[in-house]
Amino acid sequence: MSLIRILGAGVAGLTVATELAARGASIEIVDPAGSPGEHGCSWWAGGMLAPFCEFENAEEPVLRLGRGAKAWWVQRTEVTAAGTLVVARPRDLPDLRRFSRRTEGFETVDGSRIRALEPDLPGFESGLFFESEAHLSPRQALRDLVAQLAEQDVHIQRQPSDFAVETTIDCRGYAARDALSDLRGVKGEMLVLRASDVTLTRPVRLLHPRVPLYIVPRGEGIYMLGATMIESEDRSRISARSMMELLSAAYALNPAFGEAEVLEIGVDVRPAFPDNLPRIRRIGSTIHANGLYRHGFLLAPALAEGVAELVLNNYRTELVDEDHPERRTA
Amino acid sequence: MRAFYGTTLANPLMLGTAQYPSPAILEAAFRESGASVATVSLRREGADGAGQTFWSMIRDLGVHVLPNTAGCHTVKEAVTTAHMAREIFDTPWIKLELIGHTDSLQPEVFQLVEAATVLTEDGFQVFPYTTEDLIVGERLLAAGCEVLMPWGAPIGSGRGLNNPYALRAMRAEFPDVPLVVDAGIGLPSHAAQAMELGYDAVLLNTSVARAGDPVAMARAMMGAVEAGALAYQADPIEARDMAEASTPVIGKAFLT
Repeated sequence: MSLIRILGAGVAGLTVATELAARGASIEIVDPAGSPGEHGCSWWAGGMLAPFCEFENAEEPVLRLGRGAKAWWVQRTEVTAAGTLVVARPRDLPDLRRFSRRTEGFETVDGSRIRALEPDLPGFESGLFFESEAHLSPRQALRDLVAQLAEQDVHIQRQPSDFAVETTIDCRGYAARDALSDLRGVKGEMLVLRASDVTLTRPVRLLHPRVPLYIVPRGEGIYMLGATMIESEDRSRISARSMMELLSAAYALNPAFGEAEVLEIGVDVRPAFPDNLPRIRRIGSTIHANGLYRHGFLLAPALAEGVAELVLNNYRTELVDEDHPERRTA
Repeated sequence: MRAFYGTTLANPLMLGTAQYPSPAILEAAFRESGASVATVSLRREGADGAGQTFWSMIRDLGVHVLPNTAGCHTVKEAVTTAHMAREIFDTPWIKLELIGHTDSLQPEVFQLVEAATVLTEDGFQVFPYTTEDLIVGERLLAAGCEVLMPWGAPIGSGRGLNNPYALRAMRAEFPDVPLVVDAGIGLPSHAAQAMELGYDAVLLNTSVARAGDPVAMARAMMGAVEAGALAYQADPIEARDMAEASTPVIGKAFLT
């Protein structure tokens, strides 16, 4: 079988590579930037495998396609299956009720149950616990995929090889805007903090009508705080307002976050199609796999499987555009 | 229907463009409801054109665009944002929003009048987001505004018309001025009520964008504003304390 070339070594490219390699395909990965790093938005992801929580503000495929993510990642990297806790201040209880109506897979928890799960959440008396959800460390997960591919003698190349390829799979994310006119960027800003005084063991989401926040523990007192969602394609800097909102939300969760060190500030744009759902689109001999939006680690396994099915079995999953004329394929 | 700075709208529904689950759903909400005006916030999307993709999506909706100064707290900020909006959307329309209170997002009406004066002099057609205060309304008109947009309730609260008495008084006080209830609408019945008071339009965002099915809610809102407007024109009956039988009683022994 001829060589398949994958462009891009972010979460999309590496999961596609992993899936194709596992099915015996001969592949190469090309990324001029080399190994995964801060040049790609996967680096800044939250790494929450939270299909139920994400379903609150997303369409049904996110729930269905995201459900398999945990099982996929468990085989390849360390996954913490501790669930997600969603909390709200008393004044924002309508937001908690709305959240509970818009999704499933949770138990309602009161203050004592919240403190039993996370002792460092003082002052929260109502919440939702999504026991089946999980999280991972995105950077470690990317490194693990790279290492596993290397064991199969697949390495990330900065330049394409001279071998003839029949199929190119374009997983360049936002960079593929040159070929995908309906792809846009959605700005996200995040912080990494070290807060030795706070112990949280699972992702916590704080609901707020204007500034919802999530915080994901990375272990050893390190926390990822995210993430803004702004219809902007500026990937250069965080605004003072966003920084203030992220930090004040963390402070509301536990005032001890006020003592935290700010280790990193991350800013990038997520690649998204108009319905914020991922797609597989054939243009000539190139197959585009893109539009993971804020669901990179959650939906990449389903996207990768869809690519593998299309390339190896010519089977079109629902992610393939051509069976969906309603999608703008400009 | 009264004209908004010379523009007669096809219908009285103005929708915001924030908080939808996706641009595709936003687009469908406009298409399915037929709303005639889209308000769009510039402030958070950045001044350097980084929001172009989203803005061109808004332009492609094919409705009147009413840019707003949401998130501005001072006259200076609002004026800068208005100028940016005029450049991007090529319209003199600006929804002037100056927030005075963090929790209630109540308009800062003193700065509002000041900003309206500056912007009108700069050639803008200002749609001021204000309270239901008559005197503030007068000052805004004196500043050059030809539209008033009193709140129904705080932004995003979904509480409906908190003060129908004052909104009715406003309608009576300014019979020739186009009036829009802006903010606080949670249900179609609230929107219908505003139109029944003789208002010229309603402007809402959260109640549609954050509904479980935004497209269905947008359609419901359109049905409501059309019903309310029609009812206002139809000259509704006066409420009364006693029953008034709708069938004739002549010939019946009712004096028993």
